Amino acid sequence: MATKPVLAASSNDSISRRGLFMKLGILFNGLAASVLAVPIVGFLFSSITRGRANGYLSWVPLGRVGEFPEGETRLATFRNPYVMPTDGSTADTACWVRRIAGEQFQVFAVNCAHLGCPVRWFAQSGLFMCPCHGGAYYRDGSRASGPPERGLFEYSYKVENGMIAIQAGELPTPGAAIASLTGEKTPCA
Amino acid sequence: MRMMIGKIGEWFDRRLQLAAPVREVAEHPVPRNTASWWYVFGSAALVVFILQFVTGILLALIYVPSAGEAWSSLQALNHDVTLGWFIRAMHGWGSNFMVAIVLIHMVQVFLFGAYKFPRELTWIIGVFLLLMTLGMAFSGQVLRFDQDAYWGLGIGASIASRVPILGPAVVKLMLGGPIIAGATLSRFFALHVFVIPGLLIGFVCVHLLMVLKLGINEWPMPGRVVKRATYINDYHELTKKDGAPFVPYAVWKDMFFAAFIILAVAACALYFGPFGPTGRPDPTIIQTVPKPDYFFLWLYALLSLLPPSLETPALLIGPVVVIAGLLLLPFLSGEGEKSWKRRPIAVLTVMLIAITLGTFTHLAGFTPWSPHMNAWSSDPVPDRYIHESTALERQGALVFQVKQCRNCHSLGETGGQRGPSLDSVAVRLTQDQLIRQVIQGGGNMPAYGKNLSPAETTALVAFLETLHPQGQVPARDASRDVALSDENPSGAKP
Repeated sequence: MATKPVLAASSNDSISRRGLFMKLGILFNGLAASVLAVPIVGFLFSSITRGRANGYLSWVPLGRVGEFPEGETRLATFRNPYVMPTDGSTADTACWVRRIAGEQFQVFAVNCAHLGCPVRWFAQSGLFMCPCHGGAYYRDGSRASGPPERGLFEYSYKVENGMIAIQAGELPTPGAAIASLTGEKTPCA
Repeated sequence: MRMMIGKIGEWFDRRLQLAAPVREVAEHPVPRNTASWWYVFGSAALVVFILQFVTGILLALIYVPSAGEAWSSLQALNHDVTLGWFIRAMHGWGSNFMVAIVLIHMVQVFLFGAYKFPRELTWIIGVFLLLMTLGMAFSGQVLRFDQDAYWGLGIGASIASRVPILGPAVVKLMLGGPIIAGATLSRFFALHVFVIPGLLIGFVCVHLLMVLKLGINEWPMPGRVVKRATYINDYHELTKKDGAPFVPYAVWKDMFFAAFIILAVAACALYFGPFGPTGRPDPTIIQTVPKPDYFFLWLYALLSLLPPSLETPALLIGPVVVIAGLLLLPFLSGEGEKSWKRRPIAVLTVMLIAITLGTFTHLAGFTPWSPHMNAWSSDPVPDRYIHESTALERQGALVFQVKQCRNCHSLGETGGQRGPSLDSVAVRLTQDQLIRQVIQGGGNMPAYGKNLSPAETTALVAFLETLHPQGQVPARDASRDVALSDENPSGAKP
């Protein structure tokens, strides 16, 4: 029975001392929660914001131009430019380097454009084949057959002082910066 | 001695006051006919979950969640730490059993109509428990940080990247950065060890609480229809008239089955041993054929069989439709017949899904869609195809092997199955059609025009023309003789 007057009072838009403190307490905790939320959300999403505007990509040397014979496609490896101390060998990455002639190159990601499995180069038939779902690509990276909807992902490259370097640092997926940098390849005729 | 234990028990219970409620729960009446072997899967899932909990903690004593060291710590568990291999095997087989038991439990609940009023929320929580179990299975596969885990993450990232607009952000959130590396493993470790198990414990408690509050589903009888207005009264009457205390009347079957399952997991662990780890997670080693664990094999098969244009919609919309369907099920058919004998569509749905998943899983066992990467250099050309053949035809057989045709086409049952077997190709295609197919490709075959010299094409087609079963004549173009003869009656010229 003792609580009844309080209930009646609060329903009349007046507020008791305890009720006010209770509401202030909730407000105060809400404030603390929102102050805490800023660093928590910021930390949680830092892996996205760090790479804004292709910020993950940087130039990585693959080796001397002479190491890649003209007209051939060779596997090259490089260390990812963004490395954490615990990355181990996962920060090493492979790519297929095709030297067309002179300083004219094509550098393909090993990741199949379908679901990212590593494609293998078969020089005799001039095809890249994927072991997972059977995607195949021609020597210029364009789609030959199988489930991929596009050609292999291509890195931007430059030749300086006899060294070839590529712009790398991100896992190539259909939505990644690498894919949008070089654009879609037209299917081979 | 017994007095002493009794006194100690009394001392605790005066403070905890748990004995009475526990006894009440244990002895709550259940419908007599639910003491059935069909009702043991829920408790079995709980027991396997506890097993996973214990073995998981044991593994965490040695395992190092670091991209550089996880693989070596698993090797140490397998080879150096006493019985480490057995605990790993128990945990791995436990996860397989858990997925299987949760699925069986779900099918049983569906076929027995147990999701109907008033147990809708129990079902919905159960759907989330299934999703978390699958989440544990996938994240656990990632923690076995080997080649399969690495490339499996790549596949996950490729799927996530297809989300419109948000794709790249989702990929980086999932991987913890731009590439699969240390941060990726650490966040999957956090998910597998803290986040999902925490949620699982909470959801399992709510799930169990509701089973106790609402009572176990009675054995479905054809014709006994669920109505919202009368069900609760009917159920209480049933447990009053034909009920029996859960302990010991029904519980002994749960206990027997739980012990059987634990022994089965242990037997599998003992006999088959732990899963992997396969090769080192070094992305520069590309000689690998990544494959998911068995509960995701159906997805692996689906992804190679869907037409490319349907793939992204199916990947992004499919799961939403399936999960929404499962969550809405109790609201769409919350009343009515419970018995599977009066629910033919329910039975057919279960059979259809089971056959589909089973077929996909079976196909993924031998992956007919993948090229056999070593077939060209290791599979011999069957004797009968080169016996008494001409030099040109033998040259063609060489071209066939060297140009990796064998990776996708089988001869005499060996070689890839991506393309059709060529044992009787000469019966299906004429010489002209063979030349066209080889040079221009088509029908999912690459064009080889740029990689074959005219001489190689001639030799290859000459060889292909010899590939026909004995007694069957090769296909030939009927107009060919006329067209090539000097006496062309029509005299038409292009």
